[in-house]
Amino acid sequence: MKVTVTVNGGEVAAEVADRTLLVHLLRDVAGLTATNVGCDTSSCGACTVLLDGRSVKSCTLLAAQADGRQVTTVEGLSDGSGDLHPVQQAFRAEHGLQCGFCTPGMVMASVSLLAENPSPTEDDVRSALEGNLCRCTGYHNIVRAVLAAASERQPS
Amino acid sequence: MVRTEDPRLLTVGGTYVDDLREPALEQAARVTFVRSPIAHALITGIDVSAAREAPGVVAVLTAADLDDLPPPPPDSGLTGTEGLPFPLGGAWSEPLFAVDRVRFVGEPVAMVITDDRYQGEDAAELVSVDYEQLPAVVGVAGALAGESLLFPSAGSNVAVATGTPADSAAFEACDVVVEHVITNQRLAPVPLEGRAAAAQWADGKLTLWVSTQNAQIARFILVGALGLDPANIRVVAPDVGGGFGAKIGVDRDGLLVAWAAKHIGRALRWAETRSENMLAMTHGRAQRQVVKIGGTREGRILAYRLDLVQDTGAYSRMGGFLPFLTCLMAAGPYDIGHVETAYQVVVTNATPISAYRGAGRPEATAAIERAVDLFAAEIGVDAAEVRRINLVPADKFPYTSGSGATYDTGEYVAGLDKVLAGAGYPELRAEQARRRERGDVLQLGIGVASYVEITAADADGGETARLIVHDDGTATVYTGSSAHGQGHHTAWAMLVQAELGIDMSKVTVIHGDTDLIPMGVGTYASRSLQLGGVAVHKAAVEVKEQGRKVAAEMLEASEADLELDVDRGVWQVRGDPATSTSWAQVAAHAGDAGLAADVNYTEGKPTFPFGTHLAVTEVDTETGKARLIRHVTVDDAGTVLSPVLAEGQRHGGIAQGVAQALLEEMVYDAEGNPVTGTLVDYAIITATELPSFELLASETPATINPLGAKGIGEAGTIGATPATQNSVIDAVSHLGIRHIDMPLTPARVWAAISEARESR
Repeated sequence: MKVTVTVNGGEVAAEVADRTLLVHLLRDVAGLTATNVGCDTSSCGACTVLLDGRSVKSCTLLAAQADGRQVTTVEGLSDGSGDLHPVQQAFRAEHGLQCGFCTPGMVMASVSLLAENPSPTEDDVRSALEGNLCRCTGYHNIVRAVLAAASERQPS
Repeated sequence: MVRTEDPRLLTVGGTYVDDLREPALEQAARVTFVRSPIAHALITGIDVSAAREAPGVVAVLTAADLDDLPPPPPDSGLTGTEGLPFPLGGAWSEPLFAVDRVRFVGEPVAMVITDDRYQGEDAAELVSVDYEQLPAVVGVAGALAGESLLFPSAGSNVAVATGTPADSAAFEACDVVVEHVITNQRLAPVPLEGRAAAAQWADGKLTLWVSTQNAQIARFILVGALGLDPANIRVVAPDVGGGFGAKIGVDRDGLLVAWAAKHIGRALRWAETRSENMLAMTHGRAQRQVVKIGGTREGRILAYRLDLVQDTGAYSRMGGFLPFLTCLMAAGPYDIGHVETAYQVVVTNATPISAYRGAGRPEATAAIERAVDLFAAEIGVDAAEVRRINLVPADKFPYTSGSGATYDTGEYVAGLDKVLAGAGYPELRAEQARRRERGDVLQLGIGVASYVEITAADADGGETARLIVHDDGTATVYTGSSAHGQGHHTAWAMLVQAELGIDMSKVTVIHGDTDLIPMGVGTYASRSLQLGGVAVHKAAVEVKEQGRKVAAEMLEASEADLELDVDRGVWQVRGDPATSTSWAQVAAHAGDAGLAADVNYTEGKPTFPFGTHLAVTEVDTETGKARLIRHVTVDDAGTVLSPVLAEGQRHGGIAQGVAQALLEEMVYDAEGNPVTGTLVDYAIITATELPSFELLASETPATINPLGAKGIGEAGTIGATPATQNSVIDAVSHLGIRHIDMPLTPARVWAAISEARESR
C-alpha cells in the first residue's frame, strides 16, 4: 500500500507492505536511524516519536496509521541551525545519557511531557517517563535533565 | 564537563549495528534464527523444504551445513576447577547450531536468510523440527538430583566442584552460629540494544560488525571457530547500546552470522528481537548459597563459611570463573579469622550464565551482607555496629582476607561512618521506632551493606593505547578499550589534555576496529580506566618527552630548561613565555619520525574498591509492597578522573542493584519453559520505582598505577543489592522475620509477613 507521511517537515511517500511498522518506515524507508527498537512488547519506549505532536511508540503503530500525518523524530528536533533543542541541551549538560540507545526515545518522551506540563515536579517526570526504559543511567540524570529543561523554559 | 560523544547521540543517534549503512551491507540479507521452543529434547529430524520455498528466502541453514569448519580443539582436560574463564570442552562442549539435542529454550537450531526482515519471520515458522522431549533439569536442585543428564557422556550434571573442607572446630568456638540458605536469583542483563551483527565475506576477508565489548576478543574467538587467519578477519564494534558483561567477545549466534556470510557468499545482517534476547543472550547470577557465620555475643565475627552451587545453564561458558570470584571475595570487607568456601557448577536446561555487571562479586557481597545481618539480629546488636566492629581497620593494608584476596588500600570504617552520617542514621532509627510504636501500615526499613570488590581481576592482560600528535595540533588515540556508554572518548581526551595541554576537542579517540587496533582487550571487570586509561596516560607521557626533545632543538635550548605550559598547550623556555612553540609546530618539525607512542600497559595486580550503601525503604505491611525512598552511598574507587562519568556509573549500577533486590528474576516453570521471556513479564526497573540517589565522595588512591584509579563500573550492583534487600527485611524484622529471598516482590514480602503473624 502507498503511505505518505510528513517526517520532520519533509514528505516521505512509499509503497510498503500493509504490515509495515511505523518505526521500520522511519528507519528503512526514510533512513532515519536514530529511532531505535529495544523490545517487541511496547515496553521500552526506545522508538518514541511524536505523531501530530504527541508521543507514540512507533513500533506499535503501522506505517499506515501515520498516513497523512506529521511525525517528528529526534533528528527533526533541533532547528537545523546547529543549536540543540533545550531538552537535548539539558540531556547533554546533565549527563542524561550513556550508551545513547534509549536516548532518542527518552528525549522525545520528555519533549512531549514538557509540552503537556511545562513545570513538572520530580514525581511528574518519573511518572511520565515510566514507559521509557534506560539500563545505563538509573534515570537519576535523565530526571535532572528534564527538570533543568523545564526550568530553562520557565524562567522564574 | 560535557561528553564529546553526546551531540551526535542526541541529534542523529548513534550508529549501532542495525543502523549501519555501509556500502558493503547495501545488498545484505536478513538473518532470522529458528530457536528451540523446548528446554530439553532430542532432535530427530529437521525439514527445511517448506521454508526454502517461502518468499524471499535465500537460504536455510542447519548443523548439517556446518561442513566447512575446522575440527573442534582437542579436549584440554581442564575441568574448570582451575577457575579459568573458558568454556568446558570434551563431553561438555557447546555446538554452534544444536546438533542432535537441544538444552535450553532459545537455543539456535536453524537460520533462515531472507531478503527482508518480515519474510524471515514468516519463513522461520515453516522450518519443521521434530523433537523427542526429555525430562528437563530445572534449577540447582534438579541438576543435583541427576535424574536427567544434559551431557550423558559426562555422567553427571556437576561440571566443576572444589572447595575447602569444613572445619567444625572454628564454629564450635563461637558463642553464636547462624546458618541460612540464600538464593541469588537468575537475571537477564537486558542492554537496551540486544545482540546484533552484520557480516561480509569479500576477497578472502571476513568483516564482522558486532555489538561487542571487545572487538579483539571477538576476533580471537572467530579465529578459533572459523579456522581463519587473524589477518583475514576484521571485527568492528560500532556504537554499542549497553553490554553489562553480556557482550564480551562474540557468542555462538554472532559466530553463526559470520560463518553464514562466508558460507553463502552474501553479506548478512542480524539484530535479535527482545524476546530472543531474553532467552538467548546469556543470563547472570543464579547461585544457591549456604552461609554459616559465627562469632561472639559482642559482635566479633570469628568464622564464616560460604557453600554455593552455581547454576551455569545449559552450557558452562565460564567454567568455574564466576563462583571462583565469589569465593575469592567471600569474606568481604571484614577481618574474619576463619573463612571457608566451596562451590559446584551445575548444568541446567536454561539459558547459559555468563558475566553480568559484577560477575561473581555481587553474589559474594549479597551472601556476606545477609549473613552479617542475620548474625546481628541473632545477637541483638545494631547491624551497622557489627560492621564497624569487623571491618578491616585502615592500618592493616595491604590486607589478605580469610578467603585469600589481598586488598590494596582502603578506609572501610571511614566509608561506613560517612554514609551513616550522610543518611542521618540515628534519626532514621528513631523514625523507624516511632512507626513501630504506632503500628503504622508503612513501616520503615534501613539496610546497610559494606563491600569490597575486585576490579581488573585480569590486570596482567593489560590494555593498549597508541597516541599520535599531528602537525595540525590535533591528536588521535587508538585504544584497545571499548566504550559502550561509559564515556571513554571523553575520558581519554581528558587524559591527553591533562598531560599535553592539547584541548579535548582536538583529541579524536578511536576504538573497536581490529584493522586499526589489532591488539587490545576491551571493556569488562571495571578495568578500563585503570588499564586502558593508564595506557593512554603513559602514551601521553612518552609523547611529551618526544615533544620536549624536538622543542628543545627548535628553541635551541636544553631539554632541562623547557617546560610545557599545559594551559596553553605550548612548549617554552622556563620563565620565558615569549619563546614558545606549539604542538602543531613541534609535530611538523618532528616530521616523519613523528610524535607517536605505542603502549601496552599491564599491571601485576588487581585493585579493590570499597564502600558502603544505605537503603531506606517503606514497606506496606498490608500489601507487601516495598518502595525505596532513599539510597545513600560511598563508592571509593581511588582517584576520580571525571566525577560526572564516575557518578553516572554509580547511578546505573545502583538502579540495577535495586532492581535485583526488588523486581527482577528470570523464572522457569517445571518443564524448563521461561515464563519471564518478554519485557512485559520481566520487570526492568523504571523511573517511578527509584528515588534520586545521594552519592557521597571518597577517594582513597590506588597505589599501583599512576592515576590512582580503581574500577567504578560495578560498584552499584555490588553495594545496592544487599543494602536494599537488608532494608526491606529490616522493615519487617520486628515481626520476627529474618530473611526473605530476592526479588522482594509484594507477593513474597506479604507472604513472609502473613506467615510471621500466623506463627505468633
